[in-house]
Amino acid sequence: MKAKKGQVSVMMGNAVAAYAAKLCRPEVVACYPITPQSEVAETISGLVADGALDAEIVEVEGENSAMNVVLAASMAGARTFTATSSYGLVYMYDAILQASGYRAPVVMVNVNRETPGIHAVSSGQQDMISTRDAGWAQIIVENNQEIIDQIIMSYRLAEDFDIQLPVMVNYDGYYLSYLNEEVEIPDQADVDAFLAPLKKQPQRPRIIPGAATGCGTHGMEMGYVEARYKHWAAMDRAKKKVDDIDKEFGEYFGRSYGGQIEEYRMADAEFAILASGSAAGTAKTVVDAKRAEGVKVGLVKLRLFRPFPEERLIQALKGKKAIGVIDRSLSFGWKYGPMCVELKALAPQIGSAPILSYIDGLANLDITIPHIGRVVDEVGAAAKGKPYQEVTWIPMEE
Amino acid sequence: MVIKHKWIFKTEAPWSDANQKMLALDTGSWRTERPVLDKSLCNYCGLCALYCPPQCMKDMGDHYEANLAFCKGCGICAKECPKKAYTMKPEGDFTNES
Repeated sequence: MKAKKGQVSVMMGNAVAAYAAKLCRPEVVACYPITPQSEVAETISGLVADGALDAEIVEVEGENSAMNVVLAASMAGARTFTATSSYGLVYMYDAILQASGYRAPVVMVNVNRETPGIHAVSSGQQDMISTRDAGWAQIIVENNQEIIDQIIMSYRLAEDFDIQLPVMVNYDGYYLSYLNEEVEIPDQADVDAFLAPLKKQPQRPRIIPGAATGCGTHGMEMGYVEARYKHWAAMDRAKKKVDDIDKEFGEYFGRSYGGQIEEYRMADAEFAILASGSAAGTAKTVVDAKRAEGVKVGLVKLRLFRPFPEERLIQALKGKKAIGVIDRSLSFGWKYGPMCVELKALAPQIGSAPILSYIDGLANLDITIPHIGRVVDEVGAAAKGKPYQEVTWIPMEE
Repeated sequence: MVIKHKWIFKTEAPWSDANQKMLALDTGSWRTERPVLDKSLCNYCGLCALYCPPQCMKDMGDHYEANLAFCKGCGICAKECPKKAYTMKPEGDFTNES
């Protein structure tokens, strides 16, 4: 470990996100406040007003403008930051597609919340899932410390010359956004040092006043195909890059998260649970309790959702006798939850084990210890060859 | 995968020199009328060039002129000009041009 011990404070998830962004010294910030993200916008505006952060705050009238502002600033070479949630995320959808198509390394916090249709001011991952094919890297974190650390790591990923992709850092609205938790805020000099390699890279192309340039404007026929191919290839490269950055972060700061996925008590596990976000923290508690009873269960915490960690998941889950996937969102048209569908695509390489889909935690309904306990029991029974239910909406059976 | 494609863009993102590629479409053939400038009214403010959708206004040093190979005749320059220096004239008036 090279970094010195940071300042330890008890902080709310949203404030933590703003402080993490501040440590990365964004030059342009444009946020529109929305529940449960508002404190991110408020806190970072306060940091700029107090002179703690030298950034241009652009006050916008909505999220669509927020994304267009940070996208344009990014194209001009600035480091940018924005944050949103739910309605805000879908209101900026066209600009989200532009940002990834232009390969603008915007870093955005998305505080997970249910989406329009049902006016649910509550937690859920439906917003993130609704933008999964937008070409962004999407990472989901579990706790407030991971919010800070992942935001810092996200700039290394987004602005890496080999990657050049916008990155969305997701954390559960309400559960983390309003949770006050002990966190260690790294020292500014250490964050500067960790991000310093970005300065040694070749210069990205950028908009320069007076020089006529175009980007994303001539995507006809093979121009389109080539740009999409490069984007696709960069998404594939990003997977290993996430692992590398996480390893380097661990060596520097002493905290590491496993990169694309975190494997928790997986080495000798006979069957596994897959979860993400704050629910993965609860799942660790359940795994520990079941292990104490002699049940050989392990947890895979999905951190990187886009690009999907195909190789790492196959490695972690190959040969397991059953897998239970807990989804906090829906993929309408599929019976299974979205993460379960994606995992099923890897079934040939994982083996012919049963994969059970669980829908839970919609609309701020807690994914409780008894809920996950039930998942472990059922997946454990399926691992022993007992009949199982393919899909379970846990709250509907209570 | 064996890539046989010859790369169009030198960069990772689809950046290109707008002078070469942005004005690639033959938008000049769409035109039914064209902007004609009264130089005595023009104060070289540049608003026409700023608003021009295909960005085909040529900077002539003391005024702007539409590049007719790309000007599609939308009339936005004439609409935005605060000095009313442009008049949109029908293409039929210029049938003698080769």
